[in-house]
Amino acid sequence: MNLFQDALNWILDPANYAGPGGIPVRLVEHLVFTVAAVLMACAIAIPVGFLIGHTGRGRSLAVATSGGLRAIPTLGLLTLVALWVGIGLGAPSVALTVLAIPPILAGAYAGFEAIDRSVIDSARSVGMSESQIVRTVEIPLGMPLLIAGIRSATLQVIATATLAAYVADIGLGRFLFAGLKTRDYAEMLGGSLLVILLALTLEGIFTVMQRLVVPRGVASGRTPVDRARSARPVPGMDPAITKGTH
Amino acid sequence: MFTAKRGRLAAVAAVAVGAVVALAGCASGDPLDSGNSADEASATLVIGSQDYYSNEIIAEIYAQALESNGFTVDRQFKIGQREVYLPEIESGTIDVFPEYTGSLLQVLKENAAGGTADETYAQLQDELPEGLSVLDMASATDQNSWTVTQAFADKYSLTDIASLADVTEPITVGGPSELQTRPYGPTTLTEKYGIPIAGFTPIEDGGGPLTIKALVDNDIQITNVYTASPNIKSDSLVALDDPDGLFFADNVVPLVSDKVDEKAADVLNAVSAALTAEDLVSLNSESVNDELSAEKIAAAWLEQANLF
Repeated sequence: MNLFQDALNWILDPANYAGPGGIPVRLVEHLVFTVAAVLMACAIAIPVGFLIGHTGRGRSLAVATSGGLRAIPTLGLLTLVALWVGIGLGAPSVALTVLAIPPILAGAYAGFEAIDRSVIDSARSVGMSESQIVRTVEIPLGMPLLIAGIRSATLQVIATATLAAYVADIGLGRFLFAGLKTRDYAEMLGGSLLVILLALTLEGIFTVMQRLVVPRGVASGRTPVDRARSARPVPGMDPAITKGTH
Repeated sequence: MFTAKRGRLAAVAAVAVGAVVALAGCASGDPLDSGNSADEASATLVIGSQDYYSNEIIAEIYAQALESNGFTVDRQFKIGQREVYLPEIESGTIDVFPEYTGSLLQVLKENAAGGTADETYAQLQDELPEGLSVLDMASATDQNSWTVTQAFADKYSLTDIASLADVTEPITVGGPSELQTRPYGPTTLTEKYGIPIAGFTPIEDGGGPLTIKALVDNDIQITNVYTASPNIKSDSLVALDDPDGLFFADNVVPLVSDKVDEKAADVLNAVSAALTAEDLVSLNSESVNDELSAEKIAAAWLEQANLF
């Protein structure tokens, strides 16, 4: 018996495409749920990351916190939250959001930090306000690293979103659990392959997106980015400018 | 540029091919095959248990009873569900395993007739593979049941499974995925009794705290709880009567290999003779509510039952 062949047959079997428990419905559920969790994580992590990146404050706290969040086992967190709020979508949403926050947070502040300080200094010296600097300089220049963070978060969430089926009738995880429990390993492997397929598709989309978000000026120049902070603070400058230097 | 691109393409292709080969490799072998080790010292009896706390307590009772009668035992507990360990017993790696008559029968013969405890036991003896046998069964049972909360049962005066047809609100069934396709599952409820089922909610912790909470919170209305579960008492649940034998009788019975001689069989039969349904519930309660170890619970029961 070749399970791999069986799994492919399972994916191709038209019988598995009908009804509320069919492959298309589960794929869409899985995708929507993943996107929702990543968006929730973005809503929390991006503002905080921008604030840390712009001010240079609280970085060590953010590193420690997101490191801690990364260490939380998702199934454990899911069970704990489910014992509190009950079964349904609540617990997996919380667990997956917690999973997605660290990479997005890191991408958001690392994007700001990677900008050559002289660029920000020049923006300030031509009279830009702080909010102008953030909007027109730091966010566009930091965008590639932020997208990279979201990309890595999405990949983690899409694989882990199978756990949502632990307490709710949703997503591709249903095939994994049902296959495992009823010894239908073709269904289980088939479900896993669909998750992989979905992950690879999103990876492709993100690769294109990461290219597109590089600002045109940066893309045409393509000079090697000097990651070093401005070496010498210029004497007499406002202290706020040198805040980013370490 | 061209070569760099081709190099990258080659690398991608290599990874892809490697992944397919690796997947195919792990797919073609039996994922549950763990090799053989049947021919070990015959003096030692290997005792296994499911990854289910109650089953482990019974296995520990068997182990301690055999030990105090001079046998050497090797404990291989928490092996997993029946799908995982049954091949191990058949291959002769495990000698003693606490089993449940009806559930074991249904695995060995898919369309078994079932029936009363004695009928089930008799059918089970016919279906056992070569080299395996069951000893005397205990009066203790731990069987599947359709369970509702006391409040829900009172509201609609529910007594047996068929009375669920009188329920006027939508009934959502909750439980592990396999429940959906079992012979006693939601489809049978609808087809046999005309009970309308609004939906199925998967809760994969096998009748554990999440399932009980969902039932108590009324997120689901019925689920499958083992009748020996201490939750039935502590959370005021009602296991609905099953006069039609939808669920098979599940008496506790030791499944043994040829290596279990007459003397060992006598020891295990003495244990089964003493183990009652009430005993099993209180053993489970000591594990779930008092959080005692299987070792302590088993020792205390053997002493109280005045065995060995």
